[in-house]
Amino acid sequence: MDAIILQVLNGLDKGSAYALIALGLTLIFGTLGVVNFAHGALFMLGAFCAVTLNGILRLSSESIDPSRTDFLGNPLKVKTPYVESWFGPEIGGAMIEWSVPLAILFAIPIMAAVGVAIERGLIKFFYKRAHADQILVTFGLAIVLQEIIKYFYGANPIPTPAPDAFTGSFDFGMLLGFDPGVIIYPYWRLVYFAFAALIIGGVFAFLQYTTFGMVVRAGMADRETVGLLGINIDRRFTIMFAIAACVAGLAGVMYAPINSPNYHMGMDFLVLSFVVVVVGGMGSLPGAVAAGFLLGILESFASMAQVVSLLPGINQIIIYLVAIIILLTRPRGLLGRKGVMEG
Amino acid sequence: MLGLNRRDALLFAIVIAITLFAPIILNPFPEGSELAQFNAGYPDLMQRFVIFGIFAIGFNILFGLTGYLSFGHAAFLGVGSYAGVWMMKLLTMNVVPAIIVSVIFAGLFSLLVGYISLRRSGIYFSILTLAFAQMSFALAYSVLTPITNGETGLQLALDDPRILGISQTADGSIPLTNFFGITMRDGFEIAMGGWLFTFNAGYYLCAIVMLIAFYVSIRIFRSPFGVMLKAVKSNQQRMLYTGLNPRPYTLAAFVISGMYAGLAGGLMVAMDPLAGAERMQWTASGEVVLMTILGGMGTLIGPVLGSGVIKYLENIFSKINDNILHQWFSFLPDGLEDFVVAIVYPFIGKGWHLTLGIVFMLVVIFLPGGIVEGGQRIAGLFKRKPPEDKNKTAAASAPSAAE
Repeated sequence: MDAIILQVLNGLDKGSAYALIALGLTLIFGTLGVVNFAHGALFMLGAFCAVTLNGILRLSSESIDPSRTDFLGNPLKVKTPYVESWFGPEIGGAMIEWSVPLAILFAIPIMAAVGVAIERGLIKFFYKRAHADQILVTFGLAIVLQEIIKYFYGANPIPTPAPDAFTGSFDFGMLLGFDPGVIIYPYWRLVYFAFAALIIGGVFAFLQYTTFGMVVRAGMADRETVGLLGINIDRRFTIMFAIAACVAGLAGVMYAPINSPNYHMGMDFLVLSFVVVVVGGMGSLPGAVAAGFLLGILESFASMAQVVSLLPGINQIIIYLVAIIILLTRPRGLLGRKGVMEG
Repeated sequence: MLGLNRRDALLFAIVIAITLFAPIILNPFPEGSELAQFNAGYPDLMQRFVIFGIFAIGFNILFGLTGYLSFGHAAFLGVGSYAGVWMMKLLTMNVVPAIIVSVIFAGLFSLLVGYISLRRSGIYFSILTLAFAQMSFALAYSVLTPITNGETGLQLALDDPRILGISQTADGSIPLTNFFGITMRDGFEIAMGGWLFTFNAGYYLCAIVMLIAFYVSIRIFRSPFGVMLKAVKSNQQRMLYTGLNPRPYTLAAFVISGMYAGLAGGLMVAMDPLAGAERMQWTASGEVVLMTILGGMGTLIGPVLGSGVIKYLENIFSKINDNILHQWFSFLPDGLEDFVVAIVYPFIGKGWHLTLGIVFMLVVIFLPGGIVEGGQRIAGLFKRKPPEDKNKTAAASAPSAAE
């Protein structure tokens, strides 16, 4: 029992990332009808927003402290981050330490701007073209974004620590009445899951309970009629693209402490997220979220030692295997609507 | 001639001439001159041109004719490579059995993948092929290590059996790959004035195989079978209504293109007996997509052009560093020179993929027919159009506008 709970928990953090990226992909596909291969790159951009903010906050002025010397006997150079000299060491230090959560605020405007720029500058011209063309051009865009990041940040992963308060692990099993030390779970992964749940809930609430969301849903169902009613659906869809970009970006920001960001992390997640979207059902938002968590948990179960010894290598391929089976037996995906991209 | 019409025969003749004289054509700059770094006439690079040319020709038979975009073709190339190395380990260092077995194994594997993947079309087909390729990549890295040697890659060893050959040569080294005694590294050099031309046995083997592959692809394009494949692309529904089942045709195209990929993989190990799992990764599949699109999908010569251009630029761009840039722009005033170098620098050297990505996007956006369409457009500028031609294009564009 404890092993099962542990695997479910382990699956949650990856599942959250899959669910968030798949949610964004589905939003874009459902509204604009575009298959966005650059979505993984947006996830990666988000992670690098966290890296960048961390770097900015650590910018320091260098001064020489004559009262102390280093081990060679020279006067010691002291680095003081600007934020510490501006806001005092306490607030400044806290800002550096909490740079990843702060990066959320930093990432939202950036990702929204990137999203609008991509939609207006590129994808707008591809609505009428074949899906293969959309895949190809966004694939090219993903390469370009990835290489730009590689140029500025190098090819190595950049560790980006979580705030000290969340770096440890806690004994989750104690809460459920197990012996201490059986189920130990890092704080940050729990935070990530809560954050993902919050974002997913937010997006759903936004679509369900606001007028804007209602119009967007109407547009997803029948774009032409909404347009005939005199509503500028294109502008709303552009905003939805920006929101989808933000969702991917925020997923990336919060993922930075779990896995040090590198320039190709987006591609790694993209392939899996597409599989997730297809399993969940193209164009179905609840399907994408459910499939994301489901596959994340399934993956973590498949990597249990007992399972791997029984079926070696299963942990590497389980997601693809499930996707192949689902696509062949239920082409619509788990929760897909009828008639959306069946074939 | 050879069952080709005049235009195709002319095209084929040009391709034959270019491939056979490539060691001369690709070395236009004399040895030791400043421009010698733009020469591409050395064996290693020329082999890559033709091998990736074969890969792209095969991919084009599937994507260009039927419109099915596969994102997993590198898996077939990888399977072919592994099969080829195993033949060299077990049987003989002669490359012929290795290449044949590569093609057979890639064909069988693509039959399996194609049979399953082709039940869906469009984006689902792309995802399915991608999933199969990623699965084979993951398995080659982990569980199949006894067969694939995991991360290290499959290599020849001194204690391999090699039933029909020798395990090791007299001086205790691994024997070289050969074609009935002609080792692939053999060749001769001709020095002519300042020029040095290398004629390499391995390149000519690859080139002849490529020419055969190209000829077969022309025949496929012009055959009734090829017309069926084009029908699949233009309207599958209509094809179904006329009582034709598209599945066998698409499956055949898939297997043929998988065999082409296996052929490329077999030639790769024939030139350099080493196979690694990274050849199967989906970025490698993406590369052949780039080549086909860049050259011009659905055209005969496009994929070959695309692979040549990409491999050539990759090689040249990666060699240029900032010192060379400073030399080039040294005629500019100092401040301007630094500025220009700073702007160009991100696009060369390690930044070559950035250039590739941008060029690729531009091609997809503005020139969906790739280099071939670009050439036709330029040719069209210089040709005066007869008036009836205009009517024809107007009539042709009308139905597509109505759709």
